[in-house]
Amino acid sequence: MVLTPRLELIGITKRYPGVQANNNISLKVMPGEIHALLGENGAGKSTLVKCIYGVQKADSGTLIWEGKKTQVTSPNIARRLGIGMVFQHFSLFDAMTVEENIVLGVSNKLAKAGIKEKITEISSRYGLPLDPQRYVQTLSVGERQRIEVVRCLLQNPSLLIMDEPTSVLTPQETESLFKTLNQLSKDGVSILYISHKLHEIKELCHTATILRMGNLVDTCNPKNETPRSLAEKMMGKSLEKPTRIKNSPFGKPQILLNNLSYKANQSYGTDLKNISLEVRGGEILGIAGVAGNGQRELMKVLSGEELSNPPESIVVSEKNVGNTGPNDRRSLGMVFVPEERLGHGAVPQMGLSENAFLSGFTRMKLANYGFLRKIETDIYASNIITNYDVKTSGIRSLAASLSGGNLQKFIFGREIIQNPNIVIAMQPTWGVDAGSAAYIRQSLIDLAEQGAAVLVISQDLEELYEIVDTICVIYEGKLSSPKQLEDISTEEVGMLMGGVIINSQEDNPLNGI
Amino acid sequence: MIIEFVIPALLTIITASTPLVFAAIGEIVVEKSGVLNLGVEGMMIVGAVGAFAVTVKTGDPYIGVIAGAFSGLLLSFIFGFLTLYLYSNQVATGLALTIFGVGFSALLGHEFVGQTINSLPKLNPSFLSDIPGLGPLVFAQDFMVYLSVLMTILVTWFLMRSRWGLVLRAVGENHDAAHSIGFSVTLIRLLAVLFGGAMAGLGGAYLSLAHTPLWVENMSAGRGWIALALVVFASWRPWRAFFGAYLFGGITIIQLYAQGFGVDVPSQILSMLPYLVTIIVLVMISRDDFRIRISAPACLGKSFHPYG
Repeated sequence: MVLTPRLELIGITKRYPGVQANNNISLKVMPGEIHALLGENGAGKSTLVKCIYGVQKADSGTLIWEGKKTQVTSPNIARRLGIGMVFQHFSLFDAMTVEENIVLGVSNKLAKAGIKEKITEISSRYGLPLDPQRYVQTLSVGERQRIEVVRCLLQNPSLLIMDEPTSVLTPQETESLFKTLNQLSKDGVSILYISHKLHEIKELCHTATILRMGNLVDTCNPKNETPRSLAEKMMGKSLEKPTRIKNSPFGKPQILLNNLSYKANQSYGTDLKNISLEVRGGEILGIAGVAGNGQRELMKVLSGEELSNPPESIVVSEKNVGNTGPNDRRSLGMVFVPEERLGHGAVPQMGLSENAFLSGFTRMKLANYGFLRKIETDIYASNIITNYDVKTSGIRSLAASLSGGNLQKFIFGREIIQNPNIVIAMQPTWGVDAGSAAYIRQSLIDLAEQGAAVLVISQDLEELYEIVDTICVIYEGKLSSPKQLEDISTEEVGMLMGGVIINSQEDNPLNGI
Repeated sequence: MIIEFVIPALLTIITASTPLVFAAIGEIVVEKSGVLNLGVEGMMIVGAVGAFAVTVKTGDPYIGVIAGAFSGLLLSFIFGFLTLYLYSNQVATGLALTIFGVGFSALLGHEFVGQTINSLPKLNPSFLSDIPGLGPLVFAQDFMVYLSVLMTILVTWFLMRSRWGLVLRAVGENHDAAHSIGFSVTLIRLLAVLFGGAMAGLGGAYLSLAHTPLWVENMSAGRGWIALALVVFASWRPWRAFFGAYLFGGITIIQLYAQGFGVDVPSQILSMLPYLVTIIVLVMISRDDFRIRISAPACLGKSFHPYG
């Protein structure tokens, strides 16, 4: 007996103006199969799943659902068929509560019958804690993703599409999600899984379809591959792993935090409590932690978006900068790569050249008595694009038109060319493909080797282990004492992140420095 | 003596406020769906002339009310079609709608100037309205006063308690997300715009059938703009808009009585008041980042392009 595939695509083609997003893609997903969709940013994975889910309309091609040729023209139809999707860019409503957001994403019938109990049940069963009454805008990225996952699971889908579900989860959370996914797969639910974390694909998925520049390049069994070979298939060239040659001892401290405390002015923010820290020249210090433990507040205070008292709580180049704004800090050689690329790191509806100007004008001297130095700005922007391998049609393209990885490379390039002494980066490779991520990590390492102090706030432990020298964990606004990477085990970091053991600096200030 | 004076004053405040309630409640629904329709003034005045003309022709002010709502709805359909299907700029289109409405109503109403009609009758259940003081005030109004209260209750319930109200707010909050979840953003917005148009039309009908049962060119006299200001004043909440309408309606009436008593407040100051108060309220709610984001629809005034 031949099993009917749950979903079969034949020759799906989709063009956007100027881009061939999908070119003649065919694939089959069997019942209970966990099927990986791999490719770099901009390879067309998101477009393909959007066509399946009815958000986008394919230009040509056939979709066969459980043996029947079907037209999925809207997400409602997709959901009625039993297709559920967790989006990469969240489909959430900031000004509404968690519960309202979930109610909006499920059918009317489901919404009426004790939705609160169901939310609590699903979120406890799959380890996705949520407070239904909180407003989404008060939540961290990681918490927001939980809403999407819960919303999807509430509908008992027979095909679940997950667009990078684990990029912001802790290892423990990822593990419990995998248990859930494996259980779902045993129950016959098919899963279409997009992720950049190749070892996850190898562990979880039964089949992998690999896309490159909109074309299908390979279908393979990821169990027989290595993360490296998968990455190379995606890129079509060999992957260079970031290398760290640590030959010189660290220099003098570039940035010092002295008992930094900060009261979050947003409701549901996390207060920072007595954080002390130093990052020396040549050192990469990583701050691990589960989303919502004060990372956002720490980033705001470090970048000068929010001021902190007293001024000496932050010291840069022997100057107290706690009460100065971002531009003053930039002129002292600090640069920032915030978590949110669109809206924080770059203005979405402005061109790359203008975006380059906005952060670079102080240090690159792009303004002349209030006048723009247009030619210099354009040169600066083109330098970023060529030196940091940003794929774009030119310096006039809008920031919003770049894929996540490319925009992040652009933002990094923009900051690095300013020749900083201190780099503060948050979630530097979130949602970025393997090739670009390796590139970005390598540039952080290179910066440190040139003597800059680098501070990375990330939830991606693997990333931190790949690049940092010193690691500490933020938990409920408190920072654990920094440890050399060799002196601390992954389990210990995990326990610190979960608050199982507390090693806060309040008890032993400046321990380990 | 106080009763003799206060009761008629309160009665006129009710007539002055009711049109504002209709127009503001309608605009709240429109703005909650993410559409900024600045054409309220235009829709009101067209509603007023439509209601008046039909009442003259049929002799029945109830049919006139329906005609007023329908006129406002037709005008809002033009706006909805232009902004939602042809993606024209909402601010510019709304302003044009007001200018168009004022001119168009003058053209239509030309032959009705100076004509008289039966104004909208007051309901008069004699046993209740005989209660001294309270009776005429609460129980002897025309049906539209009660309708305005009912609509406020219904819209509050719809927006805050019903699933479709939640969907409407979601569309106004983040149209891309609403689209990807599977709601028809354009259709929902069109329905909201039509509802707003009909409500503004009702407000206009009240002006020409009950407030002053006459047709005078430009008789809405800026009430559409006050209704728009009220929406912000009320931070998009129907009940606040209701009481705001009575506050603003009250100010205009008290001004007249004050002059009668010889208290000489320049009328210009009083007509500035609604806008001044709105600006102060706007400043106050905007001070709190959280509150402005919770109350103001995030997609207000933005065009939505599906598949784009």
